[in-house]
Amino acid sequence: MRGFQLFLGILSVLLPSICRADHPRPWQMYYQSPVTPVMEHLYDFHLTLLVIEGGIVFLVAVLLIYVIIRFRASRNAAPSKVAHNTLLEVIWTAIPVLVLVFIAFPSFKLLYMMDVTPKADLTIKAIGNQWYWTYEYPDHNIHFDSNIIPDDQLKPGQMRLFEVDNRVVVPTHTNIRIITTSSDVIHSWAIPAFGIKRDSVPGRLNETWFNVNKEGVYYGQCSELCGVKHGFMPIVVEAVSQAEFDKWLASQKNPSQASPHAG
Amino acid sequence: MSYALTADYTHDDHRPTGWRRWVLSTNHKDIGTMYIIFGAFGAFFGATLSLLIRLQLAHPHGTLLSGNEYQIYNVVITAHGLLMIFFFVMPVLIGGFGNWFIPLMIGAPDMAFPRLNNISFWLLIPSLILLTLSIVVGSGAGTGWTFYPPLSSIGQPDAAVDFMLVSLHLAGASSILGAINFITTIFNMRAPGMTMHKAPLFVWGILVTAFLLLLAVPVLAGAITMLLTDRGFGTSFFEPAGGGDPLLFQHLFWFFGHPEVYIMILPAFGIISQVISTFARKAVFGYLGMAYAMVSIGVIGFVVWAHHMFAVGLDVNANAYFTAATLIIAVPTGIKIFSWIATMWGGSLTFETPMLYAIGFVILFVIGGVTGVTLANAGVDISLHDTYFVVAHFHYVLSMGALFGVFAGFYYWFPKMTGKMIPNWMGNLHFWLTFIGVNIIFFPMHFLGLAGMPRRIPDYPDAYSGWNMVASMGAVLTFSAGLYFIYIVFYGLKWGKKAPANPWGEGATTLEWTLASPPPFHTFETQPHIP
Repeated sequence: MRGFQLFLGILSVLLPSICRADHPRPWQMYYQSPVTPVMEHLYDFHLTLLVIEGGIVFLVAVLLIYVIIRFRASRNAAPSKVAHNTLLEVIWTAIPVLVLVFIAFPSFKLLYMMDVTPKADLTIKAIGNQWYWTYEYPDHNIHFDSNIIPDDQLKPGQMRLFEVDNRVVVPTHTNIRIITTSSDVIHSWAIPAFGIKRDSVPGRLNETWFNVNKEGVYYGQCSELCGVKHGFMPIVVEAVSQAEFDKWLASQKNPSQASPHAG
Repeated sequence: MSYALTADYTHDDHRPTGWRRWVLSTNHKDIGTMYIIFGAFGAFFGATLSLLIRLQLAHPHGTLLSGNEYQIYNVVITAHGLLMIFFFVMPVLIGGFGNWFIPLMIGAPDMAFPRLNNISFWLLIPSLILLTLSIVVGSGAGTGWTFYPPLSSIGQPDAAVDFMLVSLHLAGASSILGAINFITTIFNMRAPGMTMHKAPLFVWGILVTAFLLLLAVPVLAGAITMLLTDRGFGTSFFEPAGGGDPLLFQHLFWFFGHPEVYIMILPAFGIISQVISTFARKAVFGYLGMAYAMVSIGVIGFVVWAHHMFAVGLDVNANAYFTAATLIIAVPTGIKIFSWIATMWGGSLTFETPMLYAIGFVILFVIGGVTGVTLANAGVDISLHDTYFVVAHFHYVLSMGALFGVFAGFYYWFPKMTGKMIPNWMGNLHFWLTFIGVNIIFFPMHFLGLAGMPRRIPDYPDAYSGWNMVASMGAVLTFSAGLYFIYIVFYGLKWGKKAPANPWGEGATTLEWTLASPPPFHTFETQPHIP
């Protein structure tokens, strides 16, 4: 068990070094770095799964290679007649059950953690439309549309298909409740670095939450096929300090003040 | 299970000729052959579309399928999915190999309802025509193969979606009739002495599949009908503005859709068991465990559907239940994997093409299986749902699992069906090209999905371009292997050496190998007696 934890530790050090990012990087092979407690748990649990499952694939591959070499006709001309072994069959039924139980407990823990929104300090409503998002901050009487920036209007350094004109701005270290729905077909609001994905279903209010622990800009894309521009309605969240967030709120409430975040 | 056969069938061997032999066919072998040719056409159609998809995605800003604001891309992915499922895998595995070999393996003269068998096949022709229309009529059906409303109702009002839905109605009717036929045949027409517990595992695979079809497809038919009336007759089953619920459709669809994935893989499980036993020259290890593992996969397959819906906002306890139920499927699947290895253990293995495909199946199905365990966890699934990780997962179990089952069965039974041998080296080369090709396509998709790339997008942020390029190169290789396969088949038919009754040696113990290759038009008119 200790060796296993050590192995996990080494893996978790190695993997993020390939992929430390809040948006995907070229040739990325693993998750974006987690920036919410939920994604941190998810990341660790997925690492556990990866080790267990890698072990299973390795075991099967080794057995197959051994069988192929050892029992080829040229080395084993007379096939055995054994076609049953009750003990063996019980073992390869029971051990997978134990492995699955080992997986199930942290899995349920993660699931229930994701589900229960802690006392929320800020609520944001994300409404999917064909093909842009509308955001409302009901506590602050703010609402705006968030449209993709077309390729020909991108500024240097901006990422194609990821940038929007109006970002969702949130304070860090704050419990934020997301309520999502749709005005037409089903969309899905997702930010990979947060470990969030919730379908926006017309006629239904779906709830999820996050709490960003690192300032930065985080990118996601609509994750349910919603028509021709499904690939062109990105989701961008900018996490800032509470002070900056307050400034942003003020600028939104008083449109005469130019907002630094509006494109 | 090895039997001598002495009966001579030349007397009164009535066989229609010309178009009547095929169009009016009531012969299980002829109908099986038509299913296989039909399925090969569907496969070529679907594979061409998949090549188009990969070419579109080979680099960012692809323009190949960008017509009509990328609607063409959505139409192509929709048709690709439906073609591969309903017009390739199901016709070949169930209609083709099932029709050919279920009667032969159980020592029956034909299927229980030969005329029903005929209509089952011929329903597929108008079905495929309607599906083709759904690609070309109006702006085409670009809903994805899951056609969730409201995108498939108010979102795509033109007639293309109606054509697609009616096409699936016909394909579904064909499947239900076929399922009834298989169940009746297997239960009632086994040769004297062949108890269920002596039946070959391919028979078990088809039997469980037929039950899944019989119970699942009518639910799809209901959902399609409700969607059609929503679209055309002003009902609002799935329309929230009229008190309906879009998620109701998803529940109905996946109540069919999850058993459907087992419908595609269980016959392949059966084929792999026959092939491994044959080339290991050993009886299948743990036969009863293997048979009942398939039965339990079939049963559990009906109670896990909402694991396709972890992101829709179900109650957390429902998500927890569907996580647990889904994880349990790994147990019977594990039993099958270990039993296949144990069948090879102690055997006397030779590596003809069917065996290469069977071994390839085992290892690739394990990879697809363990990513399935990852996705079974509702919490983790939130990060991977609707990303390329899911695409990688289900192509490992289908494009490698079911497809390798098809190829294993095809190379295994080709000598029996045609009386000709395919040179081993040609088949083996085809195996290696395909094996390498599909892995290059689908393994990098795990990375793309983990990094967050959503599925069903026609263009992607530049960061995802590297692995997409790799996948597209794999697609070109795999497609080339497919063209080579067509050449192999024609080579075998034209120049292949004449096949003996049993080309595979003492390991091939099932009844079909007691017959000549190809078998006479009518077989087992006198049923063999199984000791």
